Amino acid sequence: MRIELTVNGERAAIDIEPRKTLADALREELGLTGTHLGCEHGVCGACTVLVDGGPVRACLMFAVQADGSSVSTVEGMAADDGTLHPLQRAFCDRHGLQCGFCTPGMLMSALDLLHREVEPTRERIREEMSGNICRCTGYVGIVDAVEEAAAEINRIGREPTHEGAVQEHENTSKGRTSGTQAEVASGPEPSSPGR
Amino acid sequence: MKAAPFDYSRPSSIAEAVKTLESAGGDGKVLAGGQSLVPVLAMRLGRPTILVDINRVPGIDTIEKIDDTTVRVGALVRHSMLIEQTHLPLLSEAATWIGHSAIRTRGTTGGSIAHADPSAELPVVATALGAVIHVHGPDGQRTLSVDDLFVGPLETSLDENEIVTAVDFPIPERAGFAEFSRRHGDFGLVTVAVAEVAGTVRIAIGGVGAIPIRPHAAEEILADGPTTDEKIAEAARLAATAITAASDLHASADYRIAMTEEFTLRALNQAIGTKAGVN
Repeated sequence: MRIELTVNGERAAIDIEPRKTLADALREELGLTGTHLGCEHGVCGACTVLVDGGPVRACLMFAVQADGSSVSTVEGMAADDGTLHPLQRAFCDRHGLQCGFCTPGMLMSALDLLHREVEPTRERIREEMSGNICRCTGYVGIVDAVEEAAAEINRIGREPTHEGAVQEHENTSKGRTSGTQAEVASGPEPSSPGR
Repeated sequence: MKAAPFDYSRPSSIAEAVKTLESAGGDGKVLAGGQSLVPVLAMRLGRPTILVDINRVPGIDTIEKIDDTTVRVGALVRHSMLIEQTHLPLLSEAATWIGHSAIRTRGTTGGSIAHADPSAELPVVATALGAVIHVHGPDGQRTLSVDDLFVGPLETSLDENEIVTAVDFPIPERAGFAEFSRRHGDFGLVTVAVAEVAGTVRIAIGGVGAIPIRPHAAEEILADGPTTDEKIAEAARLAATAITAASDLHASADYRIAMTEEFTLRALNQAIGTKAGVN
């Protein structure tokens, strides 16, 4: 079946079998192997991506269901010039990863949290990250990293690669049909109405 | 861990969806949020020949207060939307306990009810409230009480070609919700919802039986005369005797019984307790 979707701001059209998941499409059809597949039944969280701005397990959604959607993956987090997103930076600085397998999912879940909450407590961070399993680092460094990234984003303004306050960003992102990399990193993409 | 091949259909109306199911002769399956169905397919515990994806059927994704006593929730309403609505706080509270953010973005009310997992939150809440289920099938529309819906674990009385389109939840005068799970986002070992609807207190307990359990003896003692702390404690004890607990990897039967009493007590105290600030 032929589908069209926008991934990290770029339009893509692919032919795909209905039984292939969104994660399969990203990895195999589009070569975006940053989205990892761990358990493939919705338990580990490694494949978490944002679909129309909301966090989704990419192994629990068939690619054909994402037809017409806008998808953000870990590849879209850093700025176009390669500058890491504050979350990526903080994961490095605070030892938020060891083997790195769970990291893309961790980053996308954390990104979703920071889109919704400006100053989450450690308890809230733990709660929101509880859908992502890490089997080597342990979670303290991850919670530290998310906490630090939240503070950093608040310090430099909500849009890391541009100047601008939260409100401004929310206003400007509405009504666009696709996201740039900076947008992926800094806020939810507009969702398709009526879906 | 990949689903076996299937045909995919994306109907634009419920009538079309029902027709497609019918033509599959029992081998079709409705795909809504997919948070339970897709794992089943991935592990090949199910091999439907066709999936009927109702996600783009218009008009079944809204929450609406249809009168002073009832909130109608469309089948495609996501758990994240249930959290945000304010008509029915019990529903909002229960939805925060469902899985994780990424699950709640996709998972739907209709899907959870039709999937009939006895450990899931929404079947328990629907049972406590005495919800009414709207269903479309080959013979048209009908409604049925939640009391007639759940038959066993993952089993309902619905025909294989029927689709849940909405759930009417009565707005309770008072309500309480208490869930016990080992890790945040897990299915509850014990989940208790209490609701007083039109003066009658109903209790539903999930995770400890084939379907959400109504401890009738406990409900009856609460129906008789004024509510006291002693009566609430007695109702919680009776609730624990209404379940047939089993031991497994996660908990022993005795522990489950003890937790059923404790969490029923908590939900009752929240709903109808006499102590201020009890949780």
